[in-house]
Amino acid sequence: MIAYLIRRILYAVPILIGVNLLTFALFFVVNTPDDMARMQLGIKRVTPEAIEKWKQQRGYDKPLFVNSAVGGTDKLTDTIFWQKSASMFVFDFGYSDDGRSIGREIAKRMGPSLAIALPTFLIGLIVYVSFALLMTLFRATALDMAGVALCVLLMSISGLFYIIGGQFVVSKLWHLVPISGYAGGADSFKFVVLPILIGIAGGVGSSSRWYRTIFLEEIGKDYVRTARAKGLSELRVLFTHVLKNAMIPILTGVVVVIPLLFMGSLLTESFFGIPGLGSYTIDAINAQDFSVVRAMVFLGSVLYIVGLILTDVSYTVVDPRVRLQ
Amino acid sequence: MKALLAALSFLLLAACDGGLWNDPYPVADGGKDILYTAFSERPKHLDPAQAYSENEYEFLALIYSPPLQYHYLKRPYQLVPLAASAMPRVTFLDRNRRVLPEKADPARIAYSVYEIHIKPGMRYQPHPAFVSANYMLDPADLGGVYGLNDFVRTGTREVTAADYAYQIKRLVHPQLHTPIAAVMSEYIVGMKDYAVRLQAAAREHPGDFLDLNRYPLPGVEVVDGMTYRITIHGKYPQFAYWLAMPFFSPMPQEAERFYAQPGMRERNLSLDWWPVGSGPYYLSENEPNRRMVLTRNPFYDSENYPGEGQPGDAQAGLLADAGKPLPLIDRIVFSLEKETIPYWNKFLQGYYDASGISSDSFDQAVQVSVSGEANVSDAMKTQGITLSTAVATSTFYTGFNWLDATIGGNSERARKLRQAIAIAVDFEEFVSIFANGRGIAAQSPIPPGIFGYRDGKEGINRYVYDWADGAPKRKSVAEAQRLLAEAGYPGGVDAGTKQPLVIHLDTTSGGVGNKSRLDWLRKQFDKIGVQLDVRSTDYNRFQDKLRRGDTQMYYFGWNADYPDPENFLFLLHGPQAKASKGGENASNYANPEFDRLFEQMKNMDNSPARQAIIDRMLEILRRDSPWLWGFHPKNYVLQHQWLRNIKPNIMANNKLKYWRVDVGQREQLRRSWNQPELGPLWLAGAALLLFAGGIWLMLRRREEAR
Repeated sequence: MIAYLIRRILYAVPILIGVNLLTFALFFVVNTPDDMARMQLGIKRVTPEAIEKWKQQRGYDKPLFVNSAVGGTDKLTDTIFWQKSASMFVFDFGYSDDGRSIGREIAKRMGPSLAIALPTFLIGLIVYVSFALLMTLFRATALDMAGVALCVLLMSISGLFYIIGGQFVVSKLWHLVPISGYAGGADSFKFVVLPILIGIAGGVGSSSRWYRTIFLEEIGKDYVRTARAKGLSELRVLFTHVLKNAMIPILTGVVVVIPLLFMGSLLTESFFGIPGLGSYTIDAINAQDFSVVRAMVFLGSVLYIVGLILTDVSYTVVDPRVRLQ
Repeated sequence: MKALLAALSFLLLAACDGGLWNDPYPVADGGKDILYTAFSERPKHLDPAQAYSENEYEFLALIYSPPLQYHYLKRPYQLVPLAASAMPRVTFLDRNRRVLPEKADPARIAYSVYEIHIKPGMRYQPHPAFVSANYMLDPADLGGVYGLNDFVRTGTREVTAADYAYQIKRLVHPQLHTPIAAVMSEYIVGMKDYAVRLQAAAREHPGDFLDLNRYPLPGVEVVDGMTYRITIHGKYPQFAYWLAMPFFSPMPQEAERFYAQPGMRERNLSLDWWPVGSGPYYLSENEPNRRMVLTRNPFYDSENYPGEGQPGDAQAGLLADAGKPLPLIDRIVFSLEKETIPYWNKFLQGYYDASGISSDSFDQAVQVSVSGEANVSDAMKTQGITLSTAVATSTFYTGFNWLDATIGGNSERARKLRQAIAIAVDFEEFVSIFANGRGIAAQSPIPPGIFGYRDGKEGINRYVYDWADGAPKRKSVAEAQRLLAEAGYPGGVDAGTKQPLVIHLDTTSGGVGNKSRLDWLRKQFDKIGVQLDVRSTDYNRFQDKLRRGDTQMYYFGWNADYPDPENFLFLLHGPQAKASKGGENASNYANPEFDRLFEQMKNMDNSPARQAIIDRMLEILRRDSPWLWGFHPKNYVLQHQWLRNIKPNIMANNKLKYWRVDVGQREQLRRSWNQPELGPLWLAGAALLLFAGGIWLMLRRREEAR
């Protein structure tokens, strides 16, 4: 398994270089360093000298990929691509174009993002799986039909509606929690409870239906008939046997997103005023801050790769037949 | 279920601590003298040498103390001393540096010397930079330091004239981007050379701290501890307005030295992030992803609430606090609100003390009477919310490119075409539809409240309006069609080529939200048979087109730096054309007579003679029509009944220091508006229990059946 993991990590290196290259190329196809400077310096009273100075101070006055003005390895290293990308492989994200430490910003924003994303994920998983098991338990009955209809209904509603509707009803009409805002520590509870509930409610439809399908597929298998023949209760059959055997498809979709929970959610954080990572990338794209964009894309790629590796590892945990070689 | 129980117990506990369940602020802050407001975009800069945006000045104007400020109550806007003990004494000199009389011919004035005395005894905010031990910090000493509050020891010192001189030098610091560096280099004697000298010094010693005090700047002289002089080229009365901006605040050199230490930048500890000011407040919490907090500077005692204002101010209660030391509020909490819906709802719940009005909530908040007067709606009245309005010192316009062969230039044909379009595009309708009536159609680039603006019949654009029944009335479409025909486009068709006339508009407004505006604009052109082609583009390409003079028509706006007509009319000054000179004249408009008059007008003091010149300039502009004059927006602000001393002041960014909050009334009203409704919670709990019970019963029956 160790060899497998090392191999996967080594595979990640060219992937990350590729992602970096692609991000860089796409960004600079749309924006020039002059555009970036103008965006940072504003509209009023911007002189060409100020633009040159801005580029020079941030290293955007160099060629993109090849610096033919110098010799040796400097040809490749004295370029924007190298100087902005190489340090990221040791997780040194440098500074944003407005001069703030990106690493510090990420570290600061990660907590609030996780405060929403992690409970939403964990409680959501429990709720979705339980609801799906319930529908499976009462399959082909009026309860199951009502459950499926409810899922379809919930799936058809836009996520934004849940947010605005939730804020209106729970915060504005009932005055139970603040409409938006955030505080650190234990005080964060009253701010995160509504986004978490809305996040869970928003996912009930699609996730429960997906898990229901998985469980229905499992429940028709021979080992379930055997378990029933042994006289096990339906609840026991479902929770002990079906759930366990359905773990592989569940884990495939679930484990991979765990590391990405750090990245937060744009819409939720924006509407609830949560100072997380969700809006960091979008704000950076709007401000044409390449330093932040490449750092966040890089981080997203790393976390995704980590998620895929964790998924593989989790297979070995739930299914002893799986060996990573 | 456990999580639900935990949540319920927490909510119950929260209810027991005396705080309201939906209160977004800490319970400990209840009943304190705090003003709650919001911001939607984080400031990019907090260094007074670099900041230039409104959202940055909102903070900086309360943190820093430049020599001058705008009187809070008096209109028209009037400069008064802030850190200065009196208005600057201005001496005019000829080229041999001989003193000239005050009324000397501006042509003879080679230099103007501004002598500024600052108030003695002003002190800086508490800051670690004023503790000598904090100068020899090793990066390792900063292990647990993430903000200024993590420094145990702070100090202060008296503000000196040398600090003001130091900040002026910083305007051309090679590592800073000062937006007004180019303008100031044109005026402040020796500043251009000074910038070159500093650049050379920085190149010579890269990475070293650049001690600006080692390099004298001829145009800035420190006379004594409390006096300094600024010498500028020629006569430039508008210079006084710059002295009211944070660019000219005092800067202690200790602050720069403190932040230049190794390890500071990595912790986001910089002057651009943690200002060091001597103003009424200091930045005590800086988390622009969440909130920024200004706390009363304990050493600020140099200013009192004004004792006089406009007629009617006393009756409005605006002089009730006259003579009281400023600021009147202990703390200002700015919370980040990116979305308008939560912001608006929190205002209605009493968690923000004042609010602007977004288009979404306009109908809920405001009702416009038949006479066009705006008032708060009945729902707002019930809550005791009041409305203040003021016309902004801004203008939104649509420019024609003077370099364009069809629509630009000085030919009679192009002029008539522009005049025809100016009549056809009905900005009164635009303001009514798209700005909820919050604006007035512009008659020229100069908005109301600025010297040179004329109200009534004298002030109308007679090429677009007639004066009828005591109000300007837009000329008829038939008149526009007549002008169009005279321009050689009868019915919108080029008489020569027989091709329909197509005008191209370059804009960054391409999204769904802007579709209705663009459709409306197309319809306006359609009235005279002219086709409008909208070329939507991204911001960078748009800017690029403007720089190259590659547009035909474009949207733009301008927000005044200071309340002087020069700050609007320079947008059409030929030598400041964008395409050829990189200036702010995006239309590349050029008219020799206008340019000559501008040169004459810009250095004059406000007087009937200056007004006469401006009248002539506006007449030229209206005839040439290089812009569709667009509209001047109106600012609408709603405030709760517990807020006192509110008077709209578009120029003053430091107005919050005059505001007062009746904390007791706010607490009482918040409580009455925000009592939690527990019924739905019990109902949800009961429903859940019922559902669980039902499932359990069904399962039991099923098992029994087996």
